[in-house]
Parts: sequence; structure tokens; C-alpha cells
Amino acid sequence: MARTRDESSPLFAGNAAGTLRLIIYLALAVVLMVLDQRNGWLWRLRYGASAVVEPVYRLAGLPAAGVRTMSVAFADRQRLTEQNQRLREDLLLANAKLNRMAAVAEQNQRLKELLDTQHSLELNVQLARVIGVDLGAYRYQLTLNVGSRDGVKPGQPVIDAHGVMGQVKEVLPTTAVVMLVTDPAHAIPVVIERSGLRTVAYGSRDGDQLALPNIPLAADVRAGDKLLTSGLGGRFPPGFPVGEIVSVAPAATGMFLVAQARPAADLDRSEDVLLLHDQAEPDGPPALVKPMGPPSDLTPNGAAAPAANATVQSVTTPATVGVPQ
Amino acid sequence: MNKQRLSLWWFIGTLVFALVSMLVPLPGVLEPFKPYWPALFLLYWSLESEDRVTLGLAFMVGLGADLLNGVVLGEQALRLCALVFIALRFRSRLRFFPMWQQALAVLALLLNDRILLLIVRVLAGGTLPPASWWISPFVGAALWPFLFLLLDDLRARLRIQ
Repeated sequence: MARTRDESSPLFAGNAAGTLRLIIYLALAVVLMVLDQRNGWLWRLRYGASAVVEPVYRLAGLPAAGVRTMSVAFADRQRLTEQNQRLREDLLLANAKLNRMAAVAEQNQRLKELLDTQHSLELNVQLARVIGVDLGAYRYQLTLNVGSRDGVKPGQPVIDAHGVMGQVKEVLPTTAVVMLVTDPAHAIPVVIERSGLRTVAYGSRDGDQLALPNIPLAADVRAGDKLLTSGLGGRFPPGFPVGEIVSVAPAATGMFLVAQARPAADLDRSEDVLLLHDQAEPDGPPALVKPMGPPSDLTPNGAAAPAANATVQSVTTPATVGVPQ
Repeated sequence: MNKQRLSLWWFIGTLVFALVSMLVPLPGVLEPFKPYWPALFLLYWSLESEDRVTLGLAFMVGLGADLLNGVVLGEQALRLCALVFIALRFRSRLRFFPMWQQALAVLALLLNDRILLLIVRVLAGGTLPPASWWISPFVGAALWPFLFLLLDDLRARLRIQ
């Protein structure tokens, strides 16, 4: 009673059809990958399938949330009291600082009004919670519990109490994915607080540091220098802490200094984060200012006046833009 | 009839469980030790239930995982297809290996899977992952005997195919 050999039970080796099918599937996968890489379909698909995808995220986030709840539930009174005490002290300190800052901010506001700039110190933020979901990509991403229904848009900066965490990368109806500043594909324009040197901080491969690969050799940069956002590029508003320089060394090429920095934000411990709503001012020159001078209907009516007037207008308009008045 | 339906649901349930546990994060220190669950569960089913696991199924599971993970559509579909193809081809031999040899074979399959992933990421313009990224296949292979015995035991208890 020999067992009949059919396609589904090859004892030693598969047949040609199996290999052919494999090749077809692999080719299909490669085509999908290329199309997705070029067009970014996946996010549109995910947005469409969000009714399925989002509950799964919440489900996968349950264990992490459970552990968090348990740690609160089983924490002893002693520790909670201590924590409460510390938070009170922090709040007191922060409030004291704020009170002193309020006067300065007020003054700053007035001076800025005098200077006629629109930039304000007020923060327009939205609180969001982190969902504990692991999305592959070697820990360079966070998932938040707010999405396009809460008014979140791609590109919004995300901060925590200590500094910049990253920016919103993709948005689903009720979740958002944040690209952290330590992502190797991320770059953030920074300024070194002490010396005012402007440079760019990139994410690094090992995932918990920032790299500043192109600092001029003559620049004054030391370990311990603080990095702030410079506001260049128009995505992150200026003045937020980004990190602290850990080490500086000449690059292998000998043409630049390379620095490593530690992010200021608690990238792997934050549970609550803030989404900034006011985007930085758009870059580029300010809007056209109306040229000053007497109204055009008061111009003397000569024979060549309209033509002359037009040329004068077109010449003076760029000049008034270029020279601040 | 009811038994068959139960066994089908059990089969689907384990695969969905694998996809969800892929998304569950571990504490920061343990993160590199997380095994690739969908591959382990698919391997188990391709050894135990030959008629259910096909390349098409592996492709669909991979697409689902890609949709959840959001990296590149088709990446895991490619990896799981290759994995299941090799497993199905050597199925008859793998089934009669002693457990430690089977675990070694699983290690080889998972390492191959990581190499495939590395090729895909590098071709897509990604950066090289840190060294700790290579730990995961070893953890997967070490867990394999336990996972295999557990699933076999559960199947025997539920008396399903």
C-alpha cells in the first residue's frame, strides 16, 4: 500500500510548479515594494483600512498599558508619596520661574510689537498619549493616540517636558506616527546655545544619539554644549532644547568636526507628549510691503507721467522689500 | 463538521495572535530579543498542517503584517514566502529531525530571513542596523522547542487537526 504521491506531499523535493509559484509571489512582492517606495501607497491603504488597523494597535498597546497600571496599583504608599512630594517641588520651582519669566515675556512682547514682528512666545499645544506599539523600524517611531480627527497634521513638532522628540510623520483617523529625532532619516536644524553656531543634527544608526557631522574645524564646540532648535527650515519653532553634546572629534576626512549629542527629551520613557500647533513662521522673504509715498492720484499729470510712474513703481517695489524700514 | 470549523478558527487565531504579538513592545532592554513571531507560527503550521499552509497564505499573512507595521508594503510578504517555501520543501525531513536539529534548522531559516530583510532595507536606502539586531533569530530558535511542544499539546487537548 504505497501512498499516492501527489503534489501536496513531495517526499524529497518540490516540483517545478512550486518553484514557479514562489518566483511569481516573490516578483509580486518586489513589484509591490517598488510601487510603495515610489508612490507611498501603503499609507493611503492603511488610512483606508484604519477601521481594522487601529483597534489592533489599541489591542497591542494593552499589555504595555496594563504593566503601567499595575506598577501604579502595586506601588507602595511610600514611593507614591515621595513622587508626589518631588512633583510638588518641581511645580513650585517651575511656577516661581514662570512668574519671573512672565514679566520678561510681557516686555519681550511689547518690544516685538514695537518692532512689528508677528512671532509670539505663546504655545498652542495639544496633549497626546503614547500607545505602546512596536512598529518594527528599530525603535525610531512612536505611536500617539490622536489623529486627523483631533486636527493633527503631518509635520507637527512633538515635544515633551525636556525637549524636542520629533515630528508627526503619518496620520490615521485616531492615531499618529511620530518620527523621532534619533531616526537616521531625520535632520533638525540646531544652534549651539553657547556660541550661536548653526548646524544640523541628524539621527544616528544606534538609535539613541544625535550626530552632528559637519561642524567647521575652527568652530568652538565642547562636550556639554546645549543644542537648541534654530528655527531655520520653518518646521520647528526656534528655542526648544534638542540635546547636549557628549563628544567632539575630527572627522575621518579631516575636513570637519563630528559631534555626538544626547537627545534632551526622554525618548523611551515619555508617556505624555505635547503636539505643537503653531507651526514656525514660513521661510522666505516677508510679504510685500506697500510702497510708501504720496497716493498715485496726486502725481502731477504730465504727458509721460503714467509710463514713468509705472517704471518707478516696478523699480521701487523690490527696493522697499529689501531695505527694512 | 464542528470539529473542522474549530480547527480552522484555531489555525486563524494563532496567526492573528502572532501578528498582534509582533506589535506588542517589550521593555527597552529586551527589545532586540524579540523573536519574529509570525515566522515561528507559520513554520509550525507548515510542518504540522501541510494542506493549509501555502505560498499564497504566507503572502497574505505577510501583507497583513506589512499593513500593520507600515514599513514597506510587500517586505514581510517576500520574507514569509521565502521562509514557507523552504520549510515546505524540506518539510518531510524537518518533521523527523530530533528537536535540537529542528531548532538549528529554524535558526538557519530565521537567519536567512534576517539577511533577506537586510538586503531589502539596504536596497531601499536604509541604514545598517546595530549589531544587537542579529540576536533575534537566536532567541527565536531557542524558543522553538517550547513553542512547538506547547502548540502540539494544545492541539492534542482540543483534539483538532
